[in-house]
Amino acid sequence: MAESVYVKLVGARLRGQMSYRASFVLQCLAQAVNQLAELAIILVLFNRVSALGGFSVSEVVLMYAIAGTAFGIADMVAGQLDELPTYIRTGTFDVLLLRPLGTLAQMMASDLHLRKLGRIAAGLGALGYALSHNDIAWSVWAVVLVVVAPISGAVIFSSVWVAANSVCFWVVDGQELANTVTYGSSAFTSYPATVFGPWLRRFFAFVIPGAFVAYYPSLALLDRPDPLGGPALLGWISPLVAVAAAVVAGLVWRTAVRHYRGTGS
Amino acid sequence: MIEVRDLRREFTVTTKVGRFRREKRVVRAVDAVGFEVAAGEAVGYVGPNGAGKSTTIKMLTGILVPTSGHVRVCGVEPSRGRRELARRIGVVFGQRSQLWWDLPLRDSFELLRAIYRVPKGDYEARLRECVDLLELGPFLDTPVRQLSLGQRMRGEVTASLLHGPELLVLDEPTIGLDLESKERLREFLADLNTQRGTTLLLTTHDLDDIERLCPRLVVIDRGTVLADGALDELRAEVAPERVLVIDLEQPSAALDGLPGVTSTRVELNGLRHHLTFRRAETTAAALIAAVATRAEVHDLVVVEPEIDDVVRRLYARR
Repeated sequence: MAESVYVKLVGARLRGQMSYRASFVLQCLAQAVNQLAELAIILVLFNRVSALGGFSVSEVVLMYAIAGTAFGIADMVAGQLDELPTYIRTGTFDVLLLRPLGTLAQMMASDLHLRKLGRIAAGLGALGYALSHNDIAWSVWAVVLVVVAPISGAVIFSSVWVAANSVCFWVVDGQELANTVTYGSSAFTSYPATVFGPWLRRFFAFVIPGAFVAYYPSLALLDRPDPLGGPALLGWISPLVAVAAAVVAGLVWRTAVRHYRGTGS
Repeated sequence: MIEVRDLRREFTVTTKVGRFRREKRVVRAVDAVGFEVAAGEAVGYVGPNGAGKSTTIKMLTGILVPTSGHVRVCGVEPSRGRRELARRIGVVFGQRSQLWWDLPLRDSFELLRAIYRVPKGDYEARLRECVDLLELGPFLDTPVRQLSLGQRMRGEVTASLLHGPELLVLDEPTIGLDLESKERLREFLADLNTQRGTTLLLTTHDLDDIERLCPRLVVIDRGTVLADGALDELRAEVAPERVLVIDLEQPSAALDGLPGVTSTRVELNGLRHHLTFRRAETTAAALIAAVATRAEVHDLVVVEPEIDDVVRRLYARR
């Protein structure tokens, strides 16, 4: 029953955004171009070097594609959380508290950034290209991995988004800080973890489980051992990491909302 | 319906002192507030800006958790039973919208029906009633962003009634509305209270709202309740004077020495006389009779103290 509410909310958003059709199409295109610009940077880089952190161009593009698709999905679903400071400042968040539903779900459903479909499409295009240009031993499990990796990645990104933006309940202008983590982790996941220094790598790999978005699943797909010495298992546990991240994010959000209702602003 | 006892709410305010130092200060927005509202009542909750009205409303609706004290609304403790309470009360904020900005009004209503899980039959009946009484028909399919403020407020009120709440809380519902829209809204709310028995609690700066809607008034200032009672009683208590304005046929000198009259003012070269008297000491009828023995009366009117004046005197009494 509760699900039907969200389906309706999302349907209503669809109709709302479609009422500006031309601008919607343009925004989708802009998002796709944005996404592909990041690909262009990788390609330009490979004009100068033949390998990045021990990985070839098509291997890096695979990581980039999984990460980009995952980020696009997360941005579509959870990107609305960027509006949280406005919600708090204008009192719209109070309106969410007056309804018999959870605040996080309402927040996500209140607006769905459908223009991010452009970004997702570009990511999927790159993924198709990368899969055909890498030497992959296709099996049922490989197919499962290709489907599951972007979805787990999207859940991980969304969790990061929720947890990072929760800071706005304490510091209303905490947006910049939150953006560093959300968009920063997107930049991190598009490249092999091996190109980063150990501290940054550990932070983005395990504190924010970004390495599980694209790096480890790609290693599993390419059937390569982890140059950093991690067990091969790491490539297959992204869904578990995603669930854990979602639980943690949910708890952080709950604490944050409790703080808000305890202090007001 | 509402039970509030010894309710307190503190905020920590940080102020800058010097360039880097910050000082923390605890401010009591609501301090030992207590009142009860029975089912079917219509109560005005008034006070100047910063008196603690909105903070109280937020605690009654479960948005804010009280620092201490007892609150029950519809038998529910709002801060714990936020979602349960949400199904049973309706809330209208004059300055924030619960509608979806770029959707037609009708779609917002449909969404709220899904959110509150209102049975289709109930929903349709309630919506039809609101559409008729508030004349929403002409703009039901207009996106909310294109509505005038008056139209939007009618939409907001409808939105808060679709789930059939027992209690409707309104925070500044008539703010910014033109006279006609205000009047239409007041009429609707009055009917809602008297005919459907919905309990009303409203905060307002427009004391005409109170005059029109609320037989009872709770006055709050600086976080504490200054007065609680029927509007007429409060009026008799703090503003016991009424004024009899009399127009005479012939100009006359000031009508001194009338029993119970505390002051007089003469206007229009002796044609119009303002006689201030205390209800406890004389009646308007006795006074009129006394005047009639001394001059020929052309017209007269008895002026009650303005409600603004009543409230101002309540604030001044502290």
